[in-house]
Amino acid sequence: MPAPLLVPAVLAVAFLVLPLVGLVVRAPWSAIGPQLTRDGVGEALRLSLLSATLATLVSLVLGVPLAWVLARSALRGRSVLRALVTVPLVLPPVVGGVALFLVLGRQGIVGRWLFEATGFSLPFTTAAVVVAETFVAMPFLVISVEGALRAADARFEDAAATLGADRWTTFRRVTLPLVAPGIAAGAVLCWARALGEFGATITFAGNFPGTTQTMPLAVYLALQRDPEAAIVLSLVLLAVSLATLLLLRGRWLGRAVHA
Amino acid sequence: MKRTVVLLAIALTLAGCTGTAGDAPAGGTGTAPTGPGLTGTLTVFAAASLTDVFTELGDQLEAENPQLEVQFNFAGSSALATQLTQGAPADVFASANPQQMDVVSGAGLPRGTPVVFAENVLEIAVPPGNPGGVTGLADFADPDLALAVCAPEVPCGAAAEQVFAAAGVDAQPDTQEEDVKAALTKVQLGEVDAALVYATDVQAAGDAVEGIPFPESDRAVNEYPLAVLTAAPNAAAGQAFVDLVRSEEGQQALTAAGFRTP
Amino acid sequence: MSLEARIVVRRGALEVDVELSVADGEVLAVLGPNGAGKSTILRVLAGLLTPDGGRVVVDGDQVWHDDDVALPPHRRPIGMVFQDHLLFPHLSVTENVAFGPRSRGVPRVAARAAATAWLDRVGLAGLGDRRPGQLSGGQAQRAALARALVGEPRVLLLDEPLSALDARTRLSVRAELHRHLTDYAGSAVLVTHDPVDAMALATRVVVVEDGRVVQAGTPAEVARRPRTDYVARLVGLVLLAGSGAGTTVALDGGGAVAVAAEVSGPVFVAVRPESVSLHLSRPDGSPRNVWPLRLVTATPHGSVVRCDLAGEMALTADVTATSFAELGLAPGAEVWASVQASEVAVYPR
Repeated sequence: MPAPLLVPAVLAVAFLVLPLVGLVVRAPWSAIGPQLTRDGVGEALRLSLLSATLATLVSLVLGVPLAWVLARSALRGRSVLRALVTVPLVLPPVVGGVALFLVLGRQGIVGRWLFEATGFSLPFTTAAVVVAETFVAMPFLVISVEGALRAADARFEDAAATLGADRWTTFRRVTLPLVAPGIAAGAVLCWARALGEFGATITFAGNFPGTTQTMPLAVYLALQRDPEAAIVLSLVLLAVSLATLLLLRGRWLGRAVHA
Repeated sequence: MKRTVVLLAIALTLAGCTGTAGDAPAGGTGTAPTGPGLTGTLTVFAAASLTDVFTELGDQLEAENPQLEVQFNFAGSSALATQLTQGAPADVFASANPQQMDVVSGAGLPRGTPVVFAENVLEIAVPPGNPGGVTGLADFADPDLALAVCAPEVPCGAAAEQVFAAAGVDAQPDTQEEDVKAALTKVQLGEVDAALVYATDVQAAGDAVEGIPFPESDRAVNEYPLAVLTAAPNAAAGQAFVDLVRSEEGQQALTAAGFRTP
Repeated sequence: MSLEARIVVRRGALEVDVELSVADGEVLAVLGPNGAGKSTILRVLAGLLTPDGGRVVVDGDQVWHDDDVALPPHRRPIGMVFQDHLLFPHLSVTENVAFGPRSRGVPRVAARAAATAWLDRVGLAGLGDRRPGQLSGGQAQRAALARALVGEPRVLLLDEPLSALDARTRLSVRAELHRHLTDYAGSAVLVTHDPVDAMALATRVVVVEDGRVVQAGTPAEVARRPRTDYVARLVGLVLLAGSGAGTTVALDGGGAVAVAAEVSGPVFVAVRPESVSLHLSRPDGSPRNVWPLRLVTATPHGSVVRCDLAGEMALTADVTATSFAELGLAPGAEVWASVQASEVAVYPR
């Protein structure tokens, strides 16, 4: 490998990996048992995994059709639409949280109507966590899937049409399977982003153990009181994330690379 | 409105002083001059509830010392304490309760003994018009209301737990915010019916919220300690700031903002 | 007539305006150079491209396209074979062939049975469980043919079906294709740039150049009497245009050719390269057609050397390798070319 590439590559690896190594090395391994079994840790982890998975599911259901519109339809103003859809990617998450409040909060443009009709308000519920995480993570999925759709050969869809498949059947039996690896890759990115989301969650959903206190929030608050606890929680999150990403990478992204 | 009054008070006080170099500051304990001799940057880590008051006092110090730049880091006291023990450089630390100052003292950081310069008590903040019909602390046990408190890990939250215990209220908050400003924001947005915040926050928010004092607040008085740090890069300026805070002007500014003075 | 179409498409610099008709059982070859618009024509017939004008009508009354109607491809009873087979890579060969019937509502078991039967017919028995990536080029194209035919389409469209195959495979697949086209009862339209495909597979040929039909007829007619340079070159003839007066034709580009029959008016003159002889000095004797030309290039083809000549007119001569060697020719050399008048084909333009 050429040296001009090798040196920055090594630096990049060091930059990304050393903080994680530091986490492992400085962890209070001797006291880890009681820390792990403390109240709230299991809850926060369960909540994090549940909300990230739900957010990914919602993102799939809404995001894949959106990606199709951006990649394949002849809609005018698609580039404007695409720019809007990717705004959550550059928006600071806390700003996203505030924006969600302004629309879906009890006094929000839409939320107010919902509250008056049903007495239900979204903030401070687990559903709000899913909404906040979906808001920040869905653009990852949309961009990924749009890329995969653009790269896919549209001629297969022509062939399907000549064989009598209407647009929905073509999408279901030809397009989707062909971009499945790209969708999977997007879903993994989305899930990882949702799992780590902090700013929008704490702003919009609030913080309450068991209902809305996800792992990142638990880590942040633990840091205030007991840094050792924070390190342990961080380790747990790191281990879970790593395990999931490694598991999925082998199965899904591997195919995307080789396909 | 309140800010204007405070500024006016400071201006009038200044007008009463001769303001030449070498004058000892009124009510100060240090002998360091507050004349135009201070230079460099002054870094002050202060609890979020001190934002408005300290900013004005900082402006005043800058006005008196044109070559001095005052920079603040306002955040939850526990976050600040963590940053300081991890080695963040600062000249002065003002905490919202003694516990966080103890954390910092434990690391040997304060220069000398910290002094208490202000006290803060909790107050119930509600959106204008009090849509939830909140009357007192007992309403915090109402599951039908949307309620916010501070997380127990921050001083404001610890104080909340104390007053709930003292009042015998089984609180049912919907969210435990990571700092007091976040809780206040939720009230300002009308997203919660009530939040337990500091009296100073209610004051600072002006017309955006209404405050409801409650008797049990005396059971959890947050003393605010202040100290110049040993490793302060600009100790002279740090001491000058501490002296300003403890001076009559400083204490008046604090009172106007809703603090109690010791 | 089973399929009648007038197709008008304007796409940038290319304007396509053609009329076609194909009867049941007929195979119409659309022959032409690249960029002529042949694939465009096919895509319009398939419904994959919306034309700017014209109409497509099947069986006299089924309108697939006109000013009011534009039937989408999945509603047209067509089968299409693509140059790159386009078998779905994520499905097995059998599932590929069964795709059409299943999309049209045939239950899975029946569709698979029909698919398996067709795979047998194209000689791919036993390969149904493989993925398209595991088939050779020829096998894949045969599977694509089965996939197109299993649904018993009314119209079969073939877009350069043999172009992506290597020479040997092309021979066997062409033979296979010929067999199935003969059995096929509907109308077939085959697009190709290879004249051998047209000759071997088609019952009628239309030649399309620059979006227009320049010649139509049976393969034999088109080959014997090419009307454009392109076709002539395709079939290996030299084509010259001129005006006839008696037994002499004055060429438009200059020079004259003696012909055996009396002609008048605008005519084409066609010369087969193998009837052109080359000499180092002006030959006397019988040939009335003798011209001094210059050898531009000489390309050996087996036992024959194809010589491109320039000068008074452009001519191509095929001489035996032996003669070529005996003459000691090299590019740039001056030679005399001669052709017997009786060897020159002449026909009205």
